[in-house]
Amino acid sequence: MLLVSALISGIGLGSMYGLMALGFYVTYAVSSTVNFAQGSSMMLGAVLTFALTRNLGLPMPLAILIALALCALYGLVVEFIAVRPFANRGSDSWLMATVALGIVLDNAVMFTFGKEPRNLSSPLAQSSLEIGGVSLGVYPLQVLIPVIGVALAAGLFYLSRRTRWGTAMLAIAQNRSAARLMGIPITKAVAFAYALSTLFAGIAGVLIAPLFNVHSEMGTLFGLKAFAVAILGGITSAWGVMIAGFIFGIAEALVTSTLGSGYTQIITFALVILALAWRPNGLFGRAEVKKV
Amino acid sequence: MPKAFPSFTRRAMLAGASALAITFSAGAVSAAEPIKIGLVTALSGQSALAGEALSRGMTIAIDEINAKGGLLGGRMIELVRRDDEGNPAKGVTAARELIFREKVAVLFGGLDTPVSMAMVPLVNSEKVPFMGPWAAGTGITKNDGNPNFAFRVSAVDEIVDIGMLDYAQKTFKSAKPGMILVNNAWGESNEMGLKAALDAKGLKAVGVEKFEANDVDLTPQLTRLRAAGADSLFMVGNVGPSAQVVKSMDRMGWKVPIVSHWGPAGGRFTELAGPNGKDVHFVQTYSFFGKLSPVGERVVAALKAKYPSIKGLDDITPAVGVANAYDGMHLAALAIAAAGSTDGDAVRQGFYKIGKYDGLIKTYDKPFSPKVHDALQASDYVWAQFIDNRIVPVTN
Repeated sequence: MLLVSALISGIGLGSMYGLMALGFYVTYAVSSTVNFAQGSSMMLGAVLTFALTRNLGLPMPLAILIALALCALYGLVVEFIAVRPFANRGSDSWLMATVALGIVLDNAVMFTFGKEPRNLSSPLAQSSLEIGGVSLGVYPLQVLIPVIGVALAAGLFYLSRRTRWGTAMLAIAQNRSAARLMGIPITKAVAFAYALSTLFAGIAGVLIAPLFNVHSEMGTLFGLKAFAVAILGGITSAWGVMIAGFIFGIAEALVTSTLGSGYTQIITFALVILALAWRPNGLFGRAEVKKV
Repeated sequence: MPKAFPSFTRRAMLAGASALAITFSAGAVSAAEPIKIGLVTALSGQSALAGEALSRGMTIAIDEINAKGGLLGGRMIELVRRDDEGNPAKGVTAARELIFREKVAVLFGGLDTPVSMAMVPLVNSEKVPFMGPWAAGTGITKNDGNPNFAFRVSAVDEIVDIGMLDYAQKTFKSAKPGMILVNNAWGESNEMGLKAALDAKGLKAVGVEKFEANDVDLTPQLTRLRAAGADSLFMVGNVGPSAQVVKSMDRMGWKVPIVSHWGPAGGRFTELAGPNGKDVHFVQTYSFFGKLSPVGERVVAALKAKYPSIKGLDDITPAVGVANAYDGMHLAALAIAAAGSTDGDAVRQGFYKIGKYDGLIKTYDKPFSPKVHDALQASDYVWAQFIDNRIVPVTN
């Protein structure tokens, strides 16, 4: 019983990490850069949905659509202010700049939204799923999150392997200048990837909010764990990232259920280090070919 | 005549200095000079509301004292506030300013235990009495100062822990309690306190589980506690994580009584935790709901008259802040009166001389002694629950 419930809650948690980590994959694949403050983007999705429904009284589906559109827009801003100026000059300062922009966003939200945690209720997180009168101990939403996560990973996989867009992305990743000479609009492609990345984080935020509390710092720990997941999965593979999310989430839940919560952080992060020592490019990643 | 200037200036300076000296010495003996009382607490951000409650409680008490002619032969009391933003470094800077520049007679602390803990060494070395109306950390009043200048009218972690166990045993016939605690210094201090309280009764917790302030799903921890056979839970955490505990239990379909520290009182617990939030019983030092004492009625009337935003009892929130600060201020005034001066050490000893005082929270009788610097004890605590958005005493 302990194991079953750990597995269920682990899959739920893992898919949330995976969903966020897909955002890292999307930008890294095209530009070898990421938005380190992905947690703040996730928070933005949740806070906007809350504000649009509770303060402006919009119906939930419309609020979610607008919130996600605004998240994508925020992704363009991140790329334009915090990544492009540095990446263009070959500097790695986008790393700090994205963190800084995330802190600015967190604080701006704190001032406008307030620091008090709020609740975004959802009909999918009211009562536990039941089979034949026996409660499974999970909300329908917790089943929906892995489904959406896997669907998005599959979509990305299809997009990158089977479409012209995917081929172009691959070309940019393999050789930027050659791609540019072939007429691929690199700047636009990178901006698009960032919009997609924050969109994913926003989706994660909207999905997680009803299970959690909405506040300006809700994304911090999530962002950190999602980055660990992205690295663990080998950041260059959509499936890898998603599967690593599941592994991380299940490991967390299993450690907590068997050894106790005092050990969760120590053991799960130690496992990440061990896994990376064993496979430096992540569990499912490929080493970059270094041309000499 | 450039030569004349230096001698003139020197003379002028001398004259000015003596004039100043006269003004100051005259000021020191003037009966009209106010007695300043300092308050360093969070006045902005998430805790602004609680900081405002402390200010209001103190202000009502000060108005009452001043209306009766003030202290020490007609000196009025004046409140001087500073914002610590919940930050220990800022708190100490503000405390220094109040002690050295404003020369406050008594310094009131605020919400956060770390801030108060940082101010305690300062008040002990500068011999300025300190009154804690909120922060519950045991070490604030049990410090190694000799003599110790820190007093408190609030809950104290180690006494809360004893109270939580007593309440769980009495109300829920709890025999196998489990603990679910936030993974930080506050959780740690209460883990020690609860273990000591259990030890004293020859009991043991069936399990101790920790959670991070940002954990989404607490079912793994709670599943362990359920498997260990917990028949009740002791909970320590702020309002957000406390709500996560309740929601996770709801999802698991697990219902055992939750006896909690006062974390849930700090926000919109009902909204966050859902309908089961009302089953959490938590500690408070005072509630304005229920039958009010004459002092209670007087304070409510004064609050309504002074603050137009207060229309009903719901608006006096957080109630513990108002009540602790009100009684703390009156006790500090009694200590100053007993000391007969604003000298720090005399006021400290003045606290020990306080006899009977009919306060808001209770009737205090010799509340302080060299060994006891906490005016409230386990029997003074009130157990409360959220009914809709109001914190009301549990009635059973």
